[in-house]
Parts: sequence; structure tokens; C-alpha cells
Amino acid sequence: MDLFEYQARDLFESHGVPVLPGLVATTPEEARAAAEQLGAGVDGKVVVVKAQVKVGGRGKAGGVKVAKSADEAEARARDILGMDIKGHTVHTVMIAAGADIATEYYVSLLLDRAERRYLAMASVEGGMEIEQLAVERPEALARVAVDPAVGIDAAKAAEITSAAGFGDDVSAQVQDVLEKLWTVYREADATLVEVNPLVLTGDGRVVALDGKVSLDDNASFRHPETAALAEEEAAAGDPLEAKARASHLNYVKLDGEVGIIGNGAGLVMSTLDVVAQAGEEFGGVKPANFLDIGGGASAQVMANGLDVILGDPQVKSVFVNVFGGITACDAVANGIVQALEILGDEATKPLVVRLDGNNVVEGRRILAEAAHPLVTVVDTMDGAAREAAELAAKA
Amino acid sequence: MAIFLTKDSKVIVQGMTGSEGRKHTQRMLTSGTTVVGGVNPKKAGETVEFTAADGSTTQIPVFGSVEDAVAQTGADTTVIFVPAAGTKAAAVEAIDAEVPLVVVITEGVPVKDTAELFAHSQASGKSRVIGPNCPGLISPGASNAGIIPADITPAGRIGLVSKSGTLTYQMMYELADFGFSTAVGIGGDPIIGTTHIDALAAFEADPDTDVIVMIGEIGGDAEERAAAYIKENVTKPVIGYVAGFTAPEGKTMGHAGAIVSGSSGTAQAKKEALEAAGVKVGRTPSETAALAREVMQSLA
Repeated sequence: MDLFEYQARDLFESHGVPVLPGLVATTPEEARAAAEQLGAGVDGKVVVVKAQVKVGGRGKAGGVKVAKSADEAEARARDILGMDIKGHTVHTVMIAAGADIATEYYVSLLLDRAERRYLAMASVEGGMEIEQLAVERPEALARVAVDPAVGIDAAKAAEITSAAGFGDDVSAQVQDVLEKLWTVYREADATLVEVNPLVLTGDGRVVALDGKVSLDDNASFRHPETAALAEEEAAAGDPLEAKARASHLNYVKLDGEVGIIGNGAGLVMSTLDVVAQAGEEFGGVKPANFLDIGGGASAQVMANGLDVILGDPQVKSVFVNVFGGITACDAVANGIVQALEILGDEATKPLVVRLDGNNVVEGRRILAEAAHPLVTVVDTMDGAAREAAELAAKA
Repeated sequence: MAIFLTKDSKVIVQGMTGSEGRKHTQRMLTSGTTVVGGVNPKKAGETVEFTAADGSTTQIPVFGSVEDAVAQTGADTTVIFVPAAGTKAAAVEAIDAEVPLVVVITEGVPVKDTAELFAHSQASGKSRVIGPNCPGLISPGASNAGIIPADITPAGRIGLVSKSGTLTYQMMYELADFGFSTAVGIGGDPIIGTTHIDALAAFEADPDTDVIVMIGEIGGDAEERAAAYIKENVTKPVIGYVAGFTAPEGKTMGHAGAIVSGSSGTAQAKKEALEAAGVKVGRTPSETAALAREVMQSLA
């Protein structure tokens, strides 16, 4: 799960990473109150109104504005709240104290999948798109391996600032920030902690001005404090995804017409590909979703899965693709038959079923005997994908 | 012969007394695996009753620690079924006991725990870790360490390495008439103990493997790195398949590692890298199986 900037700011603050004051507002009036609290307009103080969206490029999209007074902050918040930034609606703004920026830096800590450890990256040229910097001037971005068993201690922090070429005037402060970011990374079970920009202010302080943090969903069991955030996010997301989540189904909504149910993440991904490929022949029919019902595939799980998929008005046909490994195909076939009984009149779209593997003959026999008018059984994955695509195109 | 796991492998199960552990221990025994013990500090000294491959009843002892189990049985392989919260501790215990092969089946392990246990295994240098979040591995007819169904395919001369469980089963099923030397499910998490490259190297060196099938999926650059490795080091024919061409950017597709970020990690990029290394890449699992079939027939 990615955190909003204000959540990252709060997390940084709680671990002693230097940040500027920032307050959250969901209405223009709250934004005015926050700006007043931060002293906007007093002695020339400014605040920054920042859209809270989990997508990059908000500055260019007009989602970050400076305000010289509480009045201005209210007006800018009115402009920004409700704005659409790359498909993300702005529901929240952060009112942050203005910074007197002398220099911008970049630091981050992330997973290095290939080397199976962590990677610290740092640059004295912050502020710009770091991907662009990495491509155009890779020498300006220091990359330092971090041993998961050790982390960033004083020696490692010094190695990072030295590799990135930080000057003697700021190195000690940046090293302190790096060590504290490591505690954020470790204690919050993050997979990414990025500060861009990390700034040097006119009065010589190093401050994290904007932060991006991704947390490991697998670690949520030991982070009750963020579990609530995850629930909120799920509730605010796609309603079908929220419904699937409530049934503990692994579902991702896509933009297509063939509903997909399968077992195992790899097989389901593969099913999407095979359907998209078959769909080319039928005017570009595409898969409507990713749905992995896991190893069990009981009748109730199958019913829950079908219920979610049939709730998608875009779906015109459904492809159930199951390989019976540990679960035998006869159990899966019974699951499908019972799921259709549970759903009754709710089941209205044609189902193409492909079963293979453990006890497949009995599984196919059960489906043939049930002879449900909506169900077509096809022997191969490729053939079934074609059938499902054709049914969706005809509907 | 086979890779990593042979008929001589002596297997212990960490978490054997739990429901999943018990179920799969029985399946391993039924398929002829030499299971010599379980580990559970709370049930040390007890035995658990199972049915052996010949249908007779057998009592498998429970040890209080991996160290004890290894000392008393000579176990060289452990299969871990303990819940995610305890997986790191279980794997570290096995690594400290210098078990050569540590197979972590558990899903949902925090990536920090995996990074730490992998670092621990690297520091010790005595253990190969497979997984986590994987189906384990099987050398059909010889031994089965994990949850791959043993009745899909007999022994043969194809080696299989895959990030995905069910795609592994699908491929084994499609090529069951040729059979497999070893099928290794390496798991789809962002950090895994054994990579495609590790398995490719082992299959290349295995005299009983003629052809290698490699299944990848979106996310990371493991397939691209494997492609570079194949180009330089693998002389045996490699057939590839990559899942996830239609996966949208930024959405996780079930496996924690299966996420496309920006232009990297796409299925198309992986397919192109593999093809550039001389790997034949199928567009569907069936087409991939057909390509492997052609190569096997040409070798016959």
C-alpha cells in the first residue's frame, strides 16, 4: 500500500526525520483554518497547498500552489479539491509551511529484487524526476547496496553521502536523516521510502519536503496502526474490488467484457493473456478482471467469485479456468453447480468452463450431467478462451 | 538424477503437526518421499501417524528443534509450513542447523523477513533456500518436497522452473508423456531464495535433463537476467513462457512481485529478452508445451 504524502510526513516525524509543519484539510474552510494556524500572511509567511494523490506529476497538473494568506489558501484549496490528476480525484489537501529552499537533494531506500537486498539511492541533484536523472545522468545518482541484516548505520550513511558527493557542510545532517529513514523503513515494514526533494533551507537545515512511502501488505498483521488505512483505501476504491476484498478474494477490475475466474495467480494472468489474444479475432474483446480463487475452489468461494464478476455490468461472458492440482476437478465441478444454485436468477451470463488435471473426467461428467443452460464445457484453455470471447462479442 | 532433490533426500517438515503440514506430509509420503521427522518444540518426543507409500502405517517422530531432527535423522531437506509470522524464525533455525535445502511454502511472508533470512543463508553459505510462497519442488518418482501434486507426471528428461504454482502443474500435465527430471516452483515474491538462474545452472549441469522449460511472469527483471545468463551459459534448449501481457501498470496481480512499474517488468520486454537469447517463447501455455514437445521429439 502506498501512503499519501501527509501520512508519510507524519510517519517521518514520528521517527525524528526533520519535516515542516503540515496540516490536512478536506474542505476550503479547513484549509483556511490550517493556513491561519501555520501563520500564513503573518510576517510574510507563506503556505503551500498540496493535492494529496497517490500519483506523480501533481505539480505540473496544478495540484501544488503557494498561498500568501489564509484567504489565498482557502481559494487555492477550492481550486484543487475535486481536481482530477491522472484519474485520481483530489479529496484531501495538505497545507504545509513554506520553505526557504537553498538546494534540493534526493534520497531513497528500496528493495533490490535482483540482488535480494536493499538499495539506497542519493543525489545532490534533487527535485527533478528521478527516473529521468537515472537515465540521462546515471553518474549523478549514487546507488549503494544495503545489507538487510545490518541496515544503514553510521558507516553506511557516510558511505552514501560520500558516494553522492554531499558537501562537508551538510553531510552530517544528511547522514542523520538516512539513519532515521532506515528506522522508518525497518519499523514500518516499508518497501520504499523516498524523499524528493530533501532540501537545504536558507538557514542551513536539512528537511524532508516531500515523501513517498510504500508499505508491504504482507506485513500488515504486525501493523494494526496501518491496517485501518488499508481498509479505508479499499473502501474508497472500486466498489467491486471492495466487495471482493470483503469475501477475501484476490480481484482486480479491468476494462473488458470477459469475466475471468481461475486458481493460482500465474494461471489467472495467463488466462487474461489467452482471452485477450482470442478476443482480437472478435473485435478486440478483452478480459474484464483478474480473479484468483486460490487452491480451495469450494462452492461458496466459487459463488462469491461469480457474484462479484456478475456484478460487473461490462461483463458479457465468464470464463472459469481451473487446473485441478491439489483440489480435484470433481470438487470444482460440484462447486460450480452449487454456486449456480446459490446464485439462482442472479446468474444471467454464459459460463465457459475449462477443467484439467486431477480427476478431470469425473469433473466434466458432473458438469455434463447438471446440463446447466448457461454452462459450456470446453476441453482446452485456448479453445475455451476463444468460446468465451466469441460469446462476449455476440452478446 | 535430478536437481536439488533426489531419491536419497531425507526430508523433515517444520509445521508437520498443523493441518496443512499434516495434509502435505501425507501426500509427500504417499508419493514415495523419505520423510524422517517433523519439528515442533511443543510436541517434541511425540509421533504422528501417517500411511506410508506401501499402505502400511508409519509413525513419524516430532523433534523439538531442527538441530535435534538433523542430529537424529541425518535430514538434508526441510519443508516449512509454519504461518507467515513465524516463517523467518523457522527458516533461520534451519539455516543455523545447516540444512542444505530449505523449502519455504508459506505465503504472505513479509518481504523484510525474506530479505533477512536470505541474507542469513548467504552469510552461512550452507543452505539453499527455495521460496517463500512457492509450491516447492518435485523430482517425480524420487522425492517431493512441497505441495506439487505427484500424480501429474512421471519421471522424464524435461527440467521445469516456474514462478507460478498452477502454471507449473499445467505445464507438467501438458508434457506428462515426456515426464520431468525436476520441477521447481521458485515463487512469485519480490525476493526469493532460488532464482531462475540458479535452477537453469543446475539443469544445465544435470546429466538427466535434456530440455529446460522456464515460466516467468511480470514484475522485476529476473527473466531478463535469466535471458542474459542463458545466452552465455546454457547449451541445452530452453523453452520459455511469460504470463501477464494484459496486466495493467501499477496493479498487483496476486503475487506480491507481479506488478508492472513504469516501462520495466512488462511481459513483452521479458519475451523479447528471452527470444534475443535464443529461447523459444510460447504465446500460451499450450503453445509453449507444443514447442517443448517439438524439441523433445527432435532429440529422440
